[in-house]
Amino acid sequence: MATEGPAIEENTKGFNRKRQEAVADLENYEELRTRARAIKEDAIDRLPELVNELRESVEDNGGTLYIADDAEDANRYIRDLAADKDADSVVKSKSMTTEELEVNDALEADGVDVVETDLGEWVVQLADESPSHLIAPAIHRSRESIAELFQEVFDPEDPPKTASELTMFAREKLGARIRDADIGMTGANFITADSGTMALVTSEGNARKCAVTPDTHVAVAGVEKIIPSTDDLSPFLELLARSGTGQDLTAYVSMLTPPVDSPSIDFDDDETPLSELDSDREFHLVLVDNGRMAMREDDQLRETLYCIRCGQCSNSCANFQHIGGHGFGGETYSGGIGTGWEAGIEGLDTAAEFNDFCTGCSRCVNGCPTKIDIPWINTVVRDRINRGEEPDGVDHLVEGLTPDEEPGGLDLGKRLFGNFETLAKLGSATAPVSNWLADAAPARWALERVAGVDARRDLPEFQRETLVEWFENRVATVSDPTREVVLYPDVYTNHVQVERGKAAVRVLEALGVSVRIPSVRSSGRAPLSQGMIATAEDHAHDVYGSLAEHLDAGRDVVVIEPSDIAMFENEYERFLSEKSAERLRDNSYEIMEYVYGLLENGADAGALRGGSGEEVAYHAHCQQRTLGLEAHTVAVLEDLDYDVITSDVECCGMAGSFGYKDTYYELSMDVGDDLAEQFSTPEARDRTVVASGTSCLEQLDALLSRPTTHPVELVAP
Amino acid sequence: MATTTTNPTLSAFEESLAALDVELTRTTVDDFAATLDDIVRDPAVGVPLPFDVDYPDSVTVDPTPAAVERATTGVTPASYGIANYGSVVLPSTDSGAELVSLYPELHVPVVHADDILPDLPSALDRFGDAARDDDLSAIVATGPSATADMGDLVLGAHGPKAVHVVMIDE
Repeated sequence: MATEGPAIEENTKGFNRKRQEAVADLENYEELRTRARAIKEDAIDRLPELVNELRESVEDNGGTLYIADDAEDANRYIRDLAADKDADSVVKSKSMTTEELEVNDALEADGVDVVETDLGEWVVQLADESPSHLIAPAIHRSRESIAELFQEVFDPEDPPKTASELTMFAREKLGARIRDADIGMTGANFITADSGTMALVTSEGNARKCAVTPDTHVAVAGVEKIIPSTDDLSPFLELLARSGTGQDLTAYVSMLTPPVDSPSIDFDDDETPLSELDSDREFHLVLVDNGRMAMREDDQLRETLYCIRCGQCSNSCANFQHIGGHGFGGETYSGGIGTGWEAGIEGLDTAAEFNDFCTGCSRCVNGCPTKIDIPWINTVVRDRINRGEEPDGVDHLVEGLTPDEEPGGLDLGKRLFGNFETLAKLGSATAPVSNWLADAAPARWALERVAGVDARRDLPEFQRETLVEWFENRVATVSDPTREVVLYPDVYTNHVQVERGKAAVRVLEALGVSVRIPSVRSSGRAPLSQGMIATAEDHAHDVYGSLAEHLDAGRDVVVIEPSDIAMFENEYERFLSEKSAERLRDNSYEIMEYVYGLLENGADAGALRGGSGEEVAYHAHCQQRTLGLEAHTVAVLEDLDYDVITSDVECCGMAGSFGYKDTYYELSMDVGDDLAEQFSTPEARDRTVVASGTSCLEQLDALLSRPTTHPVELVAP
Repeated sequence: MATTTTNPTLSAFEESLAALDVELTRTTVDDFAATLDDIVRDPAVGVPLPFDVDYPDSVTVDPTPAAVERATTGVTPASYGIANYGSVVLPSTDSGAELVSLYPELHVPVVHADDILPDLPSALDRFGDAARDDDLSAIVATGPSATADMGDLVLGAHGPKAVHVVMIDE
């Protein structure tokens, strides 16, 4: 798996860090997100009505509105307009929608000269590349590589080298083009139906020049960009730049209600004062459907239309930071939300090319300004890709034999990882023989060839005695419990990491809590991560069925594996009745969160193993951090006198089964290197390594040459 | 002209501009011409201002397009200032304010102290009415134009390289 190089990593991480700082400073951040979400939900719901209202506003203002069914239709309208105006040059400001249309190619085929004036877009145009990021098209290029490109294309006498020289060089070249252009083309970030105003969020000033210098202005935007009113603009404007680059506002927010009043100008005119010039302007708004109205009807893809293209889900994505948008992207759109756009606009085949890069780590979720569940969209698309392939004869046979709800034709690797519970049961039943066999060279070769399991990975070692079996054969130690809990035997704890399960029991009992460990099916996280939604839903019903009586009895559900508590907290609401999902969510706790609560409520911390200043380096699980549960573990450890430092990478790179796949092994290790580096500094390298997630622990084992442990094992008496 | 103020909105505006490295000069109606004369770099152009002030002779008011292209400084009115961001709201008028604020390398927006609003929503409230009723277009400008596309932050991309706000205070 090729990655794009250091520029994209440095830049996306920089944006991500600045975004975190910017939103932390914004007092009403969550309120703004809630408002933005509500406005988008309403706007998409009423879209046909808003299109009509907008048409009336634009026409009242003296402009023209055209709704294009698809790219060809939009391009035809723009080509006809260029022909009608006898235009031979068009200057453009940055617009992803025009990238989607490939309007430059369409116009150039007619002999019209098209120049991108956003500096990043211009670089990409000169290099004959495509944008590698939604908001920073040339993010993959360093200053040096841009200097080389200018040298190659223009061979200037005094080659520009510094960022400032390169910028001035571009300004001069592009200024001349804007001055003489016949048509200016822009995108639009938001369009208000009530006034026909378009908001353009920019920094360079090229969009302002493109809109006001030529007499004819064409704005091209997806039909989903309409919002009801100018009153709805402010939450989006306050969120967009912060979410993207961490700026409060970009230098310019143009709020144009075209045709604008500015006089038409010819810079060669040194006779007529501006006030005596007429404003002889034309404005065309081209709204593009190209699959969007169908997405609006699609209950799962609809959310994609709430996207305001800030790029946050790219910047916060550990895989994107290492791959960039050329690899982690489709025809036009990139990053996590790119899957939804490409599936809706281009189709499943295009989305399938990069959909697997979303591991469901969920680090993008809390930073999305319109609260889109981006991992869910990726899961849905993966499910559709799984189902989209025609089964052949052999697969019909396979289908009858597999314990899942998925169609034949499903990728064997996905099926293997998705049915991890079945594998784990078999593995424990036949351990240790199963472990010897699975680790034998011929078996590893076969696993890699057939199922894509990378032979460089250590396989999980199944324990002969599961946690549930161990628990059945022991005597409870708590006689007068303060609370009763059900310790959920997640599949990893039950079959592989049995010791951490035993440690959790000791901790809970030491704190005066009575523990039960019933046999409960796995959460469905494993099949869900492979896009096997029907199978995951089946798990959810069974899990709730097994836990319902315990909930009725007032018992708390305690979960060790963070990816499973995340299922209970989030995804189960899509599978269970609202009331059931809410009951389980409200009564489920991550183990260290629960310990934190017990200690806060007066349990005796002295019953646990204190740290006496022991130095630990802690890596919280990605989904655990999205749920805001990292702090509880850190607080408990500090309370028990451990000296804690934490990692700040978005993900360890393993991400469940992702890092096991041979296609992604190298990427996974590349992402993991960031974590390894943080835990290998002079301050960290002698510390005990502690992590909450099974796959994080496995990744840390592979990255570092020292033992790792779950926090509950650290504090267990 | 440093004037002390206890108005929290004006103080916030001053602080935000300072954080953006945008200069602010406060003046009075009477001192306006002299103040502006010190700020502009020749050649300077401007559009008529909706305040009861006189331009200094150094500024060509109502210039030709060619004069706009030659100009180093452009002076235009700002309808509002936005205190928490240090932004100015620039109306696009038929006198060519958008061009004059955009092409010269130094932009001098002139705003009245009474028109400094606390935040973006209050400015958009006022903009909305004008957009619906009078098809108004406006730019919310925050600092000079900028780009990071060439490997580092550069002030002055396609638009002005510097902004100097003049606030009439009386």
